[in-house]
Amino acid sequence: MTDNAALDVPWMEVNGELCKGCQLCLAVCPKSVIAISEKLNSASYHPAYYTGADCTGCGLCFYACPEPGAIRVTKP
Amino acid sequence: MKTYEKSAGFFPVFERKTGPAKEATHYCPGCGHGNVHKMIAEALEEFGLIGRSVFVSPVGCSVFGYYYFNCGNFQAAHGRAPAVATAVKRTNPDSIVISYQGDGDLAAIGTAETIHAANRGENICVFFVNNAIYGMTGGQMAPTTMIGQRSTTTPQGRLETVHGNPIRMAEMLATLPAPTYIERVAIGDSKHIMKARKAIRKALKIQAEGKGYSFVEIVSACPTGWKMDPVHARDWLLEDMLKVFPLGVFKDESDSRDENSWHRRYDAYEPAVVDEYLDRLKSTLGEAEPVALENDLHCKFAGFGGQGILTLGLLLSQIGMRAGQHVSWFPAYGPEMRGGTANCSVNLCGSRIGTPLVENPNVLVVMNQPSLDAFADQVTDGGVIIVDTTIVEGRPDAKRLRPVLIPATAIADEVGMAKIANVVVLGALVAATGCFPRAFCEDTLRAAIKKRSLVDMNIDAFGRGYDFVKNAR
Repeated sequence: MTDNAALDVPWMEVNGELCKGCQLCLAVCPKSVIAISEKLNSASYHPAYYTGADCTGCGLCFYACPEPGAIRVTKP
Repeated sequence: MKTYEKSAGFFPVFERKTGPAKEATHYCPGCGHGNVHKMIAEALEEFGLIGRSVFVSPVGCSVFGYYYFNCGNFQAAHGRAPAVATAVKRTNPDSIVISYQGDGDLAAIGTAETIHAANRGENICVFFVNNAIYGMTGGQMAPTTMIGQRSTTTPQGRLETVHGNPIRMAEMLATLPAPTYIERVAIGDSKHIMKARKAIRKALKIQAEGKGYSFVEIVSACPTGWKMDPVHARDWLLEDMLKVFPLGVFKDESDSRDENSWHRRYDAYEPAVVDEYLDRLKSTLGEAEPVALENDLHCKFAGFGGQGILTLGLLLSQIGMRAGQHVSWFPAYGPEMRGGTANCSVNLCGSRIGTPLVENPNVLVVMNQPSLDAFADQVTDGGVIIVDTTIVEGRPDAKRLRPVLIPATAIADEVGMAKIANVVVLGALVAATGCFPRAFCEDTLRAAIKKRSLVDMNIDAFGRGYDFVKNAR
């Protein structure tokens, strides 16, 4: 995250504790830069995470995600 | 820089939510409610409406709207959200009111409220989340369940011949003249989602500009109820549900409406306006100086429907009103216009009346035997009980009560009309209680009786009842 901010490129981030692993963000991401963790979070879901590169900051994952606080997208 | 993040339309932490995970919603993975919530919260924040918004939650999965939305919140009884929203909007015209409902709540239990709020063109937003199933209660058939769709109550699929067809609310409401904007959108792929966002924003804007009623139906997935994974559920929604629930704008008159175009007078409910109306009503009875009332009267009048029981109550109330007293009149009657039982409660008081109900009257009028049997025991000790002896065979307890036995119907018949027995009784009541002077009551009757040709007969009947009691003493 800090790296992306420093690089001045768009990025998305997932709050792994709030994510319920529905994978709708993966389904809408035009760049396929979101993946599902193999680890479980404390609510027993496999949360999504940003693979780390090529996010365009389009925000589609944010609107596809039903959880208010799970996804944050920043477009510098 | 553009950031997409949790809106200030939400509480930062959902403190009202029970259990752990105070930052996550209670919704299942992949549920469309969260998406719709986000769009509403975002619009409220961006339009600067948070501080004056009221979110009315339904019964259903979205019952906990007040956990999340950082604005005023109501939780309505099942199906009643548009009625509650109407009340909030009319009493607080500057508020932004959202009636948020699911398909079981809006299209089954609250069908009447839904249709009539739309038909009145209330200046509210109805956001209707349609997932074709009763989600919260475990996936039963809803009015919007599709033909062939399985649910716990249609295990072999919904049948047209047995369960009827899915109801298309947007199309139905679009037939009404009052609504300003009606659109159906879907939480499907990104294109649909962004279109849904646009519709929600438009509806809120229409309300903020005072342009009237908006209805946005949002076709949405219920992965748990549908027994599908969230991604598959959204595919199924796009492929199958939209065939039955086509997307589109069914009505949009937002360009031709303004805050004055749909006739709505909220000021009709202002206390000053109501007082003025009551004063006008009072003035039809003729000007009069206030007349003191020695003892408060709590009356019950009972008999058959058609005997003028309710009118008797109204006439006494009007006399009390003209005398400047606090009055209430509360009728109770069966479905029959004639021949059923009827009674009414009348309070005449020197101070404000708390309840219009009279459980223990100090004046009881009975004009049939069942009323004597039903109510005599409820009269307070020493209370007046007026019995029409032409009709009632029984007699009240003269030790505990003050009976006034008067053949009211026979007297009325002599006057010229048996139906006027209620006014004979009124005369007897005034004489027995001494509540108001005779002349004052007669003056009021002259003004209160609308049919001019019957005024003299009524005055005669009143006087006969009054004299009967005075002479009997």
